[in-house]
Amino acid sequence: MVEMTKESGPANFVWQRKHLLGLEELSRQEILHILDMAETFKEVSTRSIKKVPALRGRVVVNLFFEDSTRTRVSFSLAASRLSADVIEFSAKVSSISKGETLIDTARNIEAMGVDVIVLRHSAPGAPHYLSRCVDVPIVNAGDGAHEHPTQALLDMFTIREIKGKIEGLKVAIVGDIVHSRVARSNIWGLTKLGAKVILVGPTTLVPKAIAKMGVEISHDLDAVLPEVDVINMLRVQRERIASNVFPSVEEYTRLFGLNSQRMVRAKKDILVMHPGPINRGIELTTDVADGKNSAILRQVSNGLAVRMAVLFLVNQAYRTGSE
Amino acid sequence: MADVLEANKLKQAMETLAQGIADGLLNSSYPLAVVGIRSRGDILGHRLIELIEARGVKVSKQGVLDITLYRDDLDQVGGQARVRATQIDFDISDYVIILVDDVLFTGRTVRAALDALIDLGRPRAIKLAVLVDRGGRELPIQPDFVGLKLPHTDKHVQVRFVETDGVDKIIVKE
Repeated sequence: MVEMTKESGPANFVWQRKHLLGLEELSRQEILHILDMAETFKEVSTRSIKKVPALRGRVVVNLFFEDSTRTRVSFSLAASRLSADVIEFSAKVSSISKGETLIDTARNIEAMGVDVIVLRHSAPGAPHYLSRCVDVPIVNAGDGAHEHPTQALLDMFTIREIKGKIEGLKVAIVGDIVHSRVARSNIWGLTKLGAKVILVGPTTLVPKAIAKMGVEISHDLDAVLPEVDVINMLRVQRERIASNVFPSVEEYTRLFGLNSQRMVRAKKDILVMHPGPINRGIELTTDVADGKNSAILRQVSNGLAVRMAVLFLVNQAYRTGSE
Repeated sequence: MADVLEANKLKQAMETLAQGIADGLLNSSYPLAVVGIRSRGDILGHRLIELIEARGVKVSKQGVLDITLYRDDLDQVGGQARVRATQIDFDISDYVIILVDDVLFTGRTVRAALDALIDLGRPRAIKLAVLVDRGGRELPIQPDFVGLKLPHTDKHVQVRFVETDGVDKIIVKE
């Protein structure tokens, strides 16, 4: 049974966006609408036939210029559960290497009659740019260090599901904030829903300027830990470790890694999250990652429901000619 | 001009419908489940159970079906689509499902509901129970049990319930 959460969107709300580019441009109402819709779609995954015909006859293409097995699989499965056909298009096997541009590739795909493009690209703003060049809906599956809206939506969905609300909660995001699209989307979303966000990490990875987004900044995890309801541990990007903005791995783990000793200082019901894949033993120890406070696998299952909701909504707006 | 059939008329239609179901399914060798189609079919279903059981017929399970994702006009509905959860937390296989809706008109909602139900399992049988049959079918679908027949295909029929609308009545409009 689905319980009604007290933070829900208004019942008569009409969704009008045919693209999901980022959470920066979404209103609080739009975010709540996606979360409410995802609650409905979650039920579909519990059925004996885990499929609804809402996108029957539609084609969703996963246009991935960066590797991301989890996000790609999650979008594919979400599209399949809506009965859409899915095309996988990744840069390695495409003509990108032959010098075809993003726009040309997308236009060619569009000419084949696809209905939704899910785009992962290393360039910040790539989905926004593409949305002005093609007619079909674009869903941002991560653009450089800019945004990863569906990840933040599934994080918020998971928090709301477990905590019953988002408003008033204290959420810490720990790690390489400056290079993190997950952090950026979460900051936009969480602050719009009334959570208090605290960014934690070394000074080189948590610049002062980011406080302008309406968040607190700390460089001391132990000081922050006792007061937060949710802690989102970002993945340490291996390629950053070699660069000089990053301390040594040992130092990072000692200061900002979450382990069971540190967890003693945290609230009993603190929710531990991670966007995956985890570097076990670096940002998170195995006992915490798999412990009772961990919501990490729940995040993965919820990602499916959230992506179903997003694909459904953008297609609905596209069909009726919104935006 | 709107014709309003007041609460007593609605009550009478409910009694007729419940009696029909009880007579028809009294000797069912399979357990019965009442499934209402959102949004008013769920209220109707809930009320019917009481009336059916008062007539000595046991209803083992109940549920609510949301058919939005199965509608054949979903593309026209666009961003207004209100998708709500289907709440059927039992295995429908081997149940006789009494599918309940307030008004039967084109039959398109029932078509969508049949598809949605079949996706949940293989019921022993599905019986269609409607409070008002206003005619005007566009698909070959007929009810098994009817509370009230209003054969005016050119008139709109709306049912209002205390639970959602604060009053019980049936409205017939030009």
